This record gives sequence, structure tokens and C-alpha cells, in this order.
Amino acid sequence: MFAPLYLDNNASTQIDARVFEVMLPYLRERFGNASSRHEYGRLTRDAIDRARQQVAAAVGAHATEVVFTSGGSEANNLFVKGAAALLKPGVIAIGATEHPCVREPAKQLVRQGWSVLELPVKLDGHLDVEAAQELITAKRPMLVSQMLANNECGAVNDVAALSAVVKQAGGFLHSDAVQALGKIPVAFRELGVNAMTLSSHKIGGPIGAGALVLDKRLELQALIAGGGHERGLRSGTENVAAIVGFGAACELASSELGMRSANMRAARDLLEAGLSALDARVFGGVEPRLPNTSYFAFEGVDGDTLVGKLDRAGFAIASGAACSSANPEPSRTLLAMGVVPQLARGAVRVSMGATTKLEDVKRFLEVLRETLLQLRQLTAVSVE
Amino acid sequence: MKYPIYLDYSATTPVDPRVAEQMIPWLTEHFGNPASRSHAYGWESEEAVEKARENVAALVGADAKEIVWTSGATESNNLAIKGAANFYSGKGKHLITLKTEHKAVLDTMRELERQGFEVTYLDVKEDGLIDLGVFKATLRPDTILVSVMFVNNEIGVIQPIAEIGEICREKGIIFHVDAAQATGKVEVDLSKLKVDLMSFSAHKTYGPKGIGALYVRRKPRVRLEAQMHGGGHERGMRSGTLATHQIVGMGEAFRIAKEEMVSENERIRALRDRLLKGLSTIEETFVNGDLSKRVPHNLNMSFAYVEGESLIMAIKDVAVSSGSACTSASLEPSYVLRALGREDELAHSSIRFTIGRFTTEEDVDYTINLLREKVGKLRELSPLWDMFKDGIDLNTVQWAAH
Repeated sequence: MFAPLYLDNNASTQIDARVFEVMLPYLRERFGNASSRHEYGRLTRDAIDRARQQVAAAVGAHATEVVFTSGGSEANNLFVKGAAALLKPGVIAIGATEHPCVREPAKQLVRQGWSVLELPVKLDGHLDVEAAQELITAKRPMLVSQMLANNECGAVNDVAALSAVVKQAGGFLHSDAVQALGKIPVAFRELGVNAMTLSSHKIGGPIGAGALVLDKRLELQALIAGGGHERGLRSGTENVAAIVGFGAACELASSELGMRSANMRAARDLLEAGLSALDARVFGGVEPRLPNTSYFAFEGVDGDTLVGKLDRAGFAIASGAACSSANPEPSRTLLAMGVVPQLARGAVRVSMGATTKLEDVKRFLEVLRETLLQLRQLTAVSVE
Repeated sequence: MKYPIYLDYSATTPVDPRVAEQMIPWLTEHFGNPASRSHAYGWESEEAVEKARENVAALVGADAKEIVWTSGATESNNLAIKGAANFYSGKGKHLITLKTEHKAVLDTMRELERQGFEVTYLDVKEDGLIDLGVFKATLRPDTILVSVMFVNNEIGVIQPIAEIGEICREKGIIFHVDAAQATGKVEVDLSKLKVDLMSFSAHKTYGPKGIGALYVRRKPRVRLEAQMHGGGHERGMRSGTLATHQIVGMGEAFRIAKEEMVSENERIRALRDRLLKGLSTIEETFVNGDLSKRVPHNLNMSFAYVEGESLIMAIKDVAVSSGSACTSASLEPSYVLRALGREDELAHSSIRFTIGRFTTEEDVDYTINLLREKVGKLRELSPLWDMFKDGIDLNTVQWAAH
């Protein structure tokens, strides 16, 4: 079977074989509804409780602070809309490079009388903490959502510093840590946030499970009502198999964090050494950053064309965030970082996985070099 | 035989092994995000998602473009009811539903009440069915949405969806149907039914948990306000990464249902009738809900003078429930049975038996014998049973306060 080399781990990861093994019984004989009071139900309830502790432990939270959702998008929606529903309309501040599943629900609040404030990033893609402090002190947002690590450029933001500012101003802080978990240490209390979003399928778990980690100071209205599951914050029969997989993936992600991040970093550094020889423009690329993500462009080369050529050559990478890959607009993240649209259209993202091999990166670099040569020759011909 | 014998198929069904087999490759080697447009991993996932969408649509006589993936029927119900109520709130603020609906509908309605909508919760008749005359009389010029379940989860009765649909369509009222308990059990043909929105669940039809769908009619077109925003998946109606393996599982489960439901329902009806016949030999038992307009899978019975919880404890070898799974953590008598006008005593003494694909005749016979024995034992301990046997009408007894 033809299996292209997968270098798009920020979009989704391949499930870890050990995680799959743990899930399998819950797709077979352990099928009970976790709300049922007979043995079938008790078995699945116990499994969910165990997974809740694994997820909590991975970020240093308490199990009672974990609310399971269908994924990161739902958890982000639950924070933004659920918190806003119980507050008087005011200001919500979000990072300029947030994922659409934070930005879009925030925009929805405008109809209810909220206004949305964007916290700017610097040219390297990091949250501009000083600018954020000024804005927050002046506008006093009740709700602030700032991602811990950016999905496109991989910049890791100083959420702990922002937390001090938000607390001072009397607001609640949420952080989308979907891309950070499993790549850098993520500590719920040290970051000083009230809520945090996690996702299973970005860390070697299955698609279909995520969590909002929530401290007791913040009250939310459920997004999905009916039956009162998850302490009334998220109704619906639990997706036991995915939750079990998410728990196992969290445990592995934290116990293997050092090894995985070192491996990702080695692969990424090898890639970037090769990129600089090819005259790539790397976006962001300034520490602190995720160990696995490279975001770059080549002058005069269209990103989608490059990605298409590489796909045919057997390499799966992305030209932007997967969710908006169909969108021909240049990346909002890059525009927020001050990149001109023409160069932004050239952006491609390579995101390493926990087990990406150095020899595969070398192979990728070779093919990339050849592909660029072809594309540039074509461009040269058409210019003539 | 495997103990406990599973007779709680309305709470959830096992994943059919054929379904699990289809799911596993999409969980392991084909792991791409279906929204990834830049590589083959994404495309193959997207193709699998679309094939599953067609299988789901085919079972219910819909067009694949009318199927929106959700995380389950609870989310579908929330999306349908809140989404339509908010979108059409300019036309009116009155909503109608039944007192016997699932909590996913009732709790959603309560939330809309807090937002300024007015909700009528209709009583049902003693047989559990909607009274169409009362329903018609409840309609108002400002009624914008009606939500009625296809099949009740506790007593299995089938509501007259076709008739309700005609009435709603004539008045231009949006009609939502929770069909979580219907797929594979009754014929659902949306090309004929005048239904605008319909909720589906995979895990009640031998598919995996964590996946469901909402049917959103295109002709005439029904509009919704999305409840989950983000990358604009599912044509903007529901954002969030699609769980390919779960979707594939739901597609396969619905494909099997379409192929096998006629013969399967016949087999299950025979088992249910056998169970009913066996349990009816026990004195003072009552079937809750109409028996003819009912899915073959369900038998809900009250065993008078026996407390339902004690009975469930006594028959541990059989996994059943006293009501729906979602409310089984509470010891309140079932609100569904109370809506039928059952007194608390009988509502308290009820058990729901739900039969499914893997139930055997031996399972049923074992259950009958166990019930006979245990009901008898519990009644021996019951002073009320003695009084009843002595011919005392318990309704006339004056109880002394302690």
C-alpha cells in the first residue's frame, strides 16, 4: 500500500497503537451506557472515571475539574458561550491568532451586546504581553481567551504573564492548549488560567474526545442540555471508547514528553537547517515555540501548488490550518504577524510527530529541493 | 449464556462486530483529518465520511446533503430545537412538545423558556400516544416549532409522525422529530414524511457512541442557527473535526439496519411476545403503553406490590432498567409513566425490558423464570400483597401517621 510520509501532525495524529489496544474492548464487549446502573454500565462508568484522572494528571488538575466534550472545538465553544451566557454583556478579549472555534463563537456574542477585543501578536507570532496589558487594563474584559501554542506557526505564548494581568483586571482567563499538550509541559495551575481546552486526536488519541478543564471559580451554562451528564455541563451519552483512548493518550503524552519533544525537535531542527539552505522564509521560529512545527514560504512559490506537488511525491503536509484549507484567503495568523499577503500565500506547514524519523526528514528535504527547482524553472519560463 | 443477560438495548446497543471491523482501519492506518485538503490522508477520510453520509441518508429516505454529523442525538436535539427556535424567533415564540419526550428535548425546551420562549408540554393519552385533537387545539398563530419523538425510549410507543407532519406543514410550522429510538425498528421515510428536522443516534442502532446526525430538510428549506462555531464544517451548521472512524461506524450500522430490519424485527417481535406471554402468567402485572403501536423491541411492565428498585437488585443476572438510562441515577418514578396517568405505586414497580440483535430464546426464558421466582419472593415479604390477597382494597385503607 502506498503510504505517504505524514508530516501534518498539527492537523491530526495517527493513533498510538497502545492507545488503540486500550480502546478496543470498549468498541466490543464493554459497551454499556455509563449511566446504566447494571454491571455493563458500571464497567464503562469506571473506565470514564479512570480516564478523567489520567487527563487531569497530565495537566496537574483535579479530576473533578475535567469536563469531557466531543473535542477541542466544542470545549472552546463551551467556554466562550457558556461563560458569556451567565455574565452581563461586556468585553471578551481573544488572541489575534486564535483558532476559528474561539474567534467565531466570540463573534456570535456581538449580537448579545458583547464587544470583541483582539490581543495583538508581535512579528514573531508571540502574544504581545505589554500591549495586552495596556488593552486589558483599559477595557477590562470579563472573558479572555488566549491560546497557549499556535497551530500554524507554533509560537508558545506567555499565558502565565497574561494571567496576572487578567486577574488584576478581574476577568476570567481561558487557554486553548490543544496544540501544546504532548509537545511542551502544560500545567493548569502554574498557568493561572480558569479554563483550558484539550483535545485527544492531537496527542495520539482518537478523534471524538476533548475536554474543558475548569476551575470552580468559573460558572458556565451548558451548550448541550439533556440528562445532566458531566455535572450538568455537557449532556449526552458518553463516548466511552474515545474517552478511554483520550485518557490513555494523555498518560503516555506526559510520561513520554521528554523523549517525544526531543525527537520532534531534532527532526524540526534538521528540517530548518535544510530550509535555510533553500532560502526559505521561516515564520515565527523564535523560542519559546513548539518543538514540532515549522511554518515557511519560498518567495514566488504558491503554497497550495507546492503542497500539491509534495503530496503527489508522497509527503503529506499542510498549506495552513486544516479547518480552513479550502479557504483561498491568506492565513489570518500570518497577516496578524505582519506578513504581506503575497508571501503569506506561499506558506506551508510541516508538523512533526512523536516518531518522525530523521532519515524521513532528509528524504523530504531532497524532494523539496527538486520540487522547488521544477517550480522555479516553470516560473522562469512563464516570465520569459 | 453470558451473564448478566443484556436486555437494555434502548439504553445502548453493542457495536455490531461487522461495524467494529469497518471502523478499525479508520482508527488506525487511515487517520487523516477529513478537513485536510492538501494530502491523500485527508481525501480518503473525506471520501469515507461522504460514503457513510449516503448510508445514513438511505436508511431514512433522505438526500445525503440533508445529513449533518453531530456527536450524538442529544446534540442533534439541541441543535435542531435551539437552532430553529432562534432562527425563526422573529415569526413567533411558541413551541410545542410532549411531556414524555427525552430529557435532551425537555431540558432544551426549559432553556428556551428562560430565554423568553413559551413552551406547551402536551399530556399524552393513557396509551402513551399524542392526542391529535388536543394537539391541533394547542396550535397558535405564533407557534414556530413542534418537537415530537418518533419512538418513546421507555415504553416504545410509536407516535403518529405522518399525521403530525401534515398538520405542521399545512400551518408552516417547523416539525422536529427525535428518532434516536426509531432507526432500524420502524420504517422512516423522509421522502414521504413531512418532517423538517430529525435527530439520529448511532449507538442505539449497533453503531458506536459519540456520533449522531441531524437531518435538515432542503426542500422546503429549513434554516438553523449553528450551536457550535469554528472552522465551518458541515456547511457551517456544526464545526469541529469529524471523527472518521465513528462516522464510518454509523454509516455501516445504518446500512446493516436497512438491509436486515424487516427480518430482524420479526425475530425480535417473536422474542418480545414470548417474554410478554411468560411474564403475564405472573399475577397483577400491567403493560405500560399501547402494545400495538409499539416497536417490537420494547416491553415495559409494572409488577404491582413490588418495588422496582428491589426487583432490579433481585434480578442481577438480567441487565434491565427501571426507566431511561439517562435518568436512572435518580430514584424518582419515571416521569414518562406518570404522564400516562400511572399511580406512583405502579410507576415505581415498572421495569423496561428491551430486546435486540443478540438476544436469544434462552435469554428470554431465563428472564421469565427468574422474574417469576423473584417477584413471588418479594411479594411474600410484602404486607401490601397479603392485604391484597385478603381482598382488601388498598385505596380505601386509612393509614395511621407515626
